[in-house]
Amino acid sequence: MITYAMVIDTRTCIGCGDCVVACKNENSVPAGLNRDWVVEETRGEYPHLSTEFRSERCNHCAHATCVTNCPTGASHYWKDTNIVLVAAEKCTGCKACIAACPYDARLIMHPDGYIDKCTFCHHRVDQGLDPACVSSCPTHCMHFGVLNDADSLVSRLLRTRNYKALLTETGNEPNVYYLV
Amino acid sequence: MVEEVLVTARFNAKVDPSLTIWSWEIAVYLFLGGLTAGIMCFAAWSLLADKDKELPFAHNRFALWAPIVLSVGMTTLFLDLEHKLYVFRFYTSFQPASPMSWGAWILVLVYPLMVLQVFSTLRRGYPVLAGWTEKIPFGTGLLEFCERWRRPIAWWVIPLAVGLGIYTGVLLSALSARPFWNSGVLGPLFLVSGLSTASALAIIGARQAGEKHFFARTDLTLIGVELMLIALFLINLSTGTEQQLAAVHMVMGGTYTVPFWAWFVLPGLLIPLVLEAFELRGIRGFAMIASVLVLYGGFMLRYLTVELGQLSRWTDYGIQFDPQLLLRLTP
Repeated sequence: MITYAMVIDTRTCIGCGDCVVACKNENSVPAGLNRDWVVEETRGEYPHLSTEFRSERCNHCAHATCVTNCPTGASHYWKDTNIVLVAAEKCTGCKACIAACPYDARLIMHPDGYIDKCTFCHHRVDQGLDPACVSSCPTHCMHFGVLNDADSLVSRLLRTRNYKALLTETGNEPNVYYLV
Repeated sequence: MVEEVLVTARFNAKVDPSLTIWSWEIAVYLFLGGLTAGIMCFAAWSLLADKDKELPFAHNRFALWAPIVLSVGMTTLFLDLEHKLYVFRFYTSFQPASPMSWGAWILVLVYPLMVLQVFSTLRRGYPVLAGWTEKIPFGTGLLEFCERWRRPIAWWVIPLAVGLGIYTGVLLSALSARPFWNSGVLGPLFLVSGLSTASALAIIGARQAGEKHFFARTDLTLIGVELMLIALFLINLSTGTEQQLAAVHMVMGGTYTVPFWAWFVLPGLLIPLVLEAFELRGIRGFAMIASVLVLYGGFMLRYLTVELGQLSRWTDYGIQFDPQLLLRLTP
């Protein structure tokens, strides 16, 4: 299985939100809905504060509870990868996957009613391109690649930098990493 | 201090600021699904135990209620789907890891079986309906077939009905992303609640005092077991993870303490427990009100569980974007 990962450097992210806009443009996400978002986390007590920006989205978990809980097989892994997609023609809109996602990364695609989410821009990945959010990042803090390849940029970054992933304690094995 | 705020908009409908994906439709379905399981179990058991004389309502007439109750539940379940035209997709695959897929297929097995169960008791329970059935082609043959095989049918009904009752709880408990639901106790709790509500319905439906008395006694035991399971459920969450502690706090001092204890446990379990105890001690006149309260409690259990599960979560951002503010921009 090919494991695609996104590695985001929280030290160079400035929280501009370009990734969010790029996603909406690339994927024609309707107004009012979002597949990705930016979180500002502040820790400490004044004046000893530290702030971290995180561009968040679906974590394309290797053990995705949204896929296991889908009753129709609409939520699935794309080809032999960890990219989690929803097949609209199989989705009943039962919303079990929304309840099953600890990251609350799924949404109802109005007005059609099927469930939608970040796709890691698999249509671009298929052509050897980066996802739109990664391509548009003005500070180049976002990186995308194959985790199984030891020479890929994402593998090298994770080898040489301190990093974290979100809610690893859920056992979902997320594949969006944050350099800290 | 840790503070997480969204610096870009995220206000996905029914997801932010907290999940509101499932509402009364799911609560009604889970309630009626459990009630159906209870009805089928009591109807099958009274037949297998040859309680024709002692429990004539359960033996002859109760089974007919099951498909009616379940069909109402299935209708509300359908109303909840966002992509309704694709409902047939439940039946184009089987996903062994998905409790909802199990539920969809259990219903395929339960429906024909419950219809056979109804036909096996129709002549005794509802002679008029049996008369109509005999007028349709193969109607008489169907009735005779079901009557001849009524015991094997009843034997099959019990495990499937138990499966249906437990599945309504497992459906929620399997969703580990919602800490309030993530307890194995939910399956047995919903099953016992389903049996209890079915007993209450039997008290309302039964005509003989002896049968009412039997179901009041049964319900008393079931309410006791249900209270014990609720205690175990709360202990389970109270000794769980940080997220489960936050989830259980909602009913143990938090914002849902009054709805949980004053609107559910007290009127839905404790008061009917006392009233049914009165009834059994010979102080008559409380059976009907106790039954209605048990049914109300059964619904409230599902309603609050559905609601509280959606309020409990792993991620909790300060949602900064308020779409209502946009409306103020236009003069």
